[in-house]
Amino acid sequence: MQNEWLYIGLFVVVGALVPTAAIVLSWIISPKKPNPIKQSTYECGMETVGDNWVQFKAQYYVFALVFLVFDVETVFLFPWAVALGKLSVFAVLEGIIFILILLAGLVYAWRKGTLDWV
Amino acid sequence: MSWWTDPVHTIAAWLTTLLTGWGLPAWLASLIIQFLGVVVLVSLLMLLDIFLVWVERKVVARFQDRLGPNRVGPWGLIQPFADIVKLLIKEDITPAGADRVIYNLAPIISLMSVLLLWAIVPLAPQILGVDLNVGALYIIAAGALGTLAIIMAAWSSNNKYALIGAFRQVAVLVSFEVPMIAVMLIPTVLAGSMGMNAIVQAQNVPFVFLAPLAALIFIIAAIAELGRSPFDMNEAESEIVAGFHIEYTGMKFGLFYAGELLHAFTFGGFWAILFFGGYRFFGLETLGPLVSAAILLAKAMVGYWFIMWVRYTVMRIRIDHMLAFNWKFLTPLAFVLLMVTALVNAWLRNSNVLIYVLAMLAANAVIGLGVLQILRNVSRRDREKVEGPSQPVAAGQ
Repeated sequence: MQNEWLYIGLFVVVGALVPTAAIVLSWIISPKKPNPIKQSTYECGMETVGDNWVQFKAQYYVFALVFLVFDVETVFLFPWAVALGKLSVFAVLEGIIFILILLAGLVYAWRKGTLDWV
Repeated sequence: MSWWTDPVHTIAAWLTTLLTGWGLPAWLASLIIQFLGVVVLVSLLMLLDIFLVWVERKVVARFQDRLGPNRVGPWGLIQPFADIVKLLIKEDITPAGADRVIYNLAPIISLMSVLLLWAIVPLAPQILGVDLNVGALYIIAAGALGTLAIIMAAWSSNNKYALIGAFRQVAVLVSFEVPMIAVMLIPTVLAGSMGMNAIVQAQNVPFVFLAPLAALIFIIAAIAELGRSPFDMNEAESEIVAGFHIEYTGMKFGLFYAGELLHAFTFGGFWAILFFGGYRFFGLETLGPLVSAAILLAKAMVGYWFIMWVRYTVMRIRIDHMLAFNWKFLTPLAFVLLMVTALVNAWLRNSNVLIYVLAMLAANAVIGLGVLQILRNVSRRDREKVEGPSQPVAAGQ
């Protein structure tokens, strides 16, 4: 185990090859008799109207934005958590103030009504 | 070094002498051995996955007062193999409007993202793929690949049900990832490391006794990440039929299913590693690495069973309730827990173990009771808004 990330790379390769092999094997031995009805889009017996690739609700986007704030800032918290045992009390309190600022952002989004599904 | 105390490195050393004896350079021999190790691990995982299908079907049958598969082989054990043969020989239907490349890539990435997690699972101190020092971040990163697979599957199959399912699933996944990251910081704080092996080694007292609420939040967030009931908005059968994998047939559907089951088992395993002492169990792990691996797998199976128990007991909840539950309850609670754990840890780290554990438990109890009280007040206010102020019942009536 000289290089850890080489091992992860091998894992990606093998992890992709195994499902690919299953799909290829199934493609070789399964019957292939396509017809237009069989290949039509499934919609509980209804004819599909229009294209699928349409505009969607902006609500999802707002949740993604709130998530992004938290996700980026928690990356800063991981080094703090690892080093906590060696830090002075001041640094511990500083990390807690950072979390409080994060939570202030959550409270702001909450008061704004962003977190309510409409 | 014998095969009992360190099987992996014994075999690796034997293979190295064999391969270098054939005249191969050392780096190539090492690469081949690592490759073989990955192949063996992935093969065993796929075998385990087949067994998990049987476990899931047997357990759901018992929950619903049925017998489950019991015809093919003893206790129906051969049934999953029959299922695989059936999936392999089914015709593979690609819908006419599909984006073929992404459509075929999605199930592969879905299963791969789960298999990748096992690169860092410590089955024993001696049996582990890599001991990454950023283990906790790696779990989150590999989990995010699964989200990508869901979006790819839904977008490329050109089906509106699938797209709705994927939107919901991604909204849920990104939301529940926040409390999950926050509670994964708690074992990191307690162990002082992000590496999975270091976290297990640090658990002389299992972290569930130091952070019971964090363990609970972790498994709730994990169930949501898995997209299992009560959080299975992505494939709510009564609303959007099957969600993102609606257009998939045969083996491609089978791969999504296999990925989902293995994902649940894997998160059972991480629950055990982060909070229940991983491969350690009352000193039994000193018997040998194979015993340790058996302990971890048994604990992971208990976690898997717990996830199934929740799945077949609790009803599906609405998406607005679910996101409100996450953002207004789990996220603040998880961050408060993190702050309190960090403070108690900084304050009492060097004192007696018993005092340390009791202080942590007391802090958790105070937070838990406080949260319950806040919830009670909020729900009373909501109820009174609808029903009017509650009348006190006069004595004697």
